[in-house]
Amino acid sequence: MLKKRLIPTLLFKNNNLVKDKNFKSERGVGTPLPAVKIYNLREVDELIFLDVSATNNKKNPNYELISEISKNCFVPLTVGGGIYCLDQIEKLLSCGADKVSINTKAINDMFFLKEACNVFGKQCITISIDYKYNSKNEPVVWTNSGLVNTSKNLIDVLKDLNFIKVGEILLTNIELDGTFLGFDIDLYKKVVPLVDFPVIASGGAGELSDFVKLVKETDVSAMAAASIFHFTEITPLDVKKELIKNNIKMRV
Amino acid sequence: MSLKQNIIILNYKTSNIKSIFNAIKLYDDGVKISSNYKDLKNADKVILPGVGHFGMAFQNLKELNIIPTLRELAEKKKLFLGVCLGMQLLADASEEAPNIKGLGFIPGVVKKFNEKCNLKIKLPHIGWNEIKIKKSTDLTKDILSNSDFYFVHSYHFECDEKYVLAKTPYGINFNSIINKDNFFGCQFHPEKSLKSGLKLIKNFVDL
Repeated sequence: MLKKRLIPTLLFKNNNLVKDKNFKSERGVGTPLPAVKIYNLREVDELIFLDVSATNNKKNPNYELISEISKNCFVPLTVGGGIYCLDQIEKLLSCGADKVSINTKAINDMFFLKEACNVFGKQCITISIDYKYNSKNEPVVWTNSGLVNTSKNLIDVLKDLNFIKVGEILLTNIELDGTFLGFDIDLYKKVVPLVDFPVIASGGAGELSDFVKLVKETDVSAMAAASIFHFTEITPLDVKKELIKNNIKMRV
Repeated sequence: MSLKQNIIILNYKTSNIKSIFNAIKLYDDGVKISSNYKDLKNADKVILPGVGHFGMAFQNLKELNIIPTLRELAEKKKLFLGVCLGMQLLADASEEAPNIKGLGFIPGVVKKFNEKCNLKIKLPHIGWNEIKIKKSTDLTKDILSNSDFYFVHSYHFECDEKYVLAKTPYGINFNSIINKDNFFGCQFHPEKSLKSGLKLIKNFVDL
């Protein structure tokens, strides 16, 4: 049976790991390399590594850093931030990434997204989508690390992605990010059945029961979290043990 | 890292070559990434890495002009390990690129998971899933049945049961490790499957 995946997200900016609330990402939480070593020991299922400043500063991915990180990483490593062309993807794969995550460029240029899926296989491309609710309580997609409101309805974007048959998405609620208030369960309940590809839930995990609730009440394929692992004593292994206690199959 | 064999990871541009390189390097210093037939010609073992699109990867193999060298090595009984897409390239054909013939080293056809057979499955099949060992060989030495490995794919290799070393359940029971003579293939990514995966890589290095 396919297990649910638990994925720590590591955000970085100018070679430092950062984490804050609602995508502000100003608070330094260390350096990436030691973090990856620790996470491997704790047996996470995957790691997502995102450069949150690359697109807005028009920077290329930090290939040297990825290359260093990958030496210690024997779980799948997804790398994102600043990707806008196929050459960058090839280079990332050749220096240690297993998958890439694309946000701004994927939302703005579906033609590019489709091409990337054709060249590298759709399973290699994770589309990262960030959303906020508007005044009518509709989920709306934001890009550029939460700085730009695209005014596109999240449901419409998901339908488009399903039509072009992408590999998987990382779906993050910006307003819950870093708040420890729990995942946006109602949204995942609604959107996961609309798409044929796996959905990774992200944003809001604050305690062990948040993960159990998410998996019990929705059909998400994976759960991503960052702040809970940076700022509390809870480790990925604690989360897995709690899920197993609740009869959810996890890899340990 | 005492061994020093000539292990070549074939670079056909669309794969996570560095990841598999890092894993093999743990056990053998002779590993090299290359797409040059001169390197390939002297290989003791060849790794066909995963990630990519069947048609695109095959097109790259053709453009690199290394298919004849691969066939020579195959005849010399050099050992091949195909990972994910690399395993699929060993087949006769793939539904992912119907007009392109595969290497044909292990008779079989690569098929898409039938979405209709089980409405609840999401595609691609991404994540950790167990293998059920059907036939024990040195490649799976010390690997327990029901161990979890990391999968990421939408297509699977259909072949005669006599080539099947392990199966994995996802809607159907598909073939997750196959072997014919000097050709081995695994649908999962051993280089990304922690202990069990690294064990399989070590076993291949030791073969």
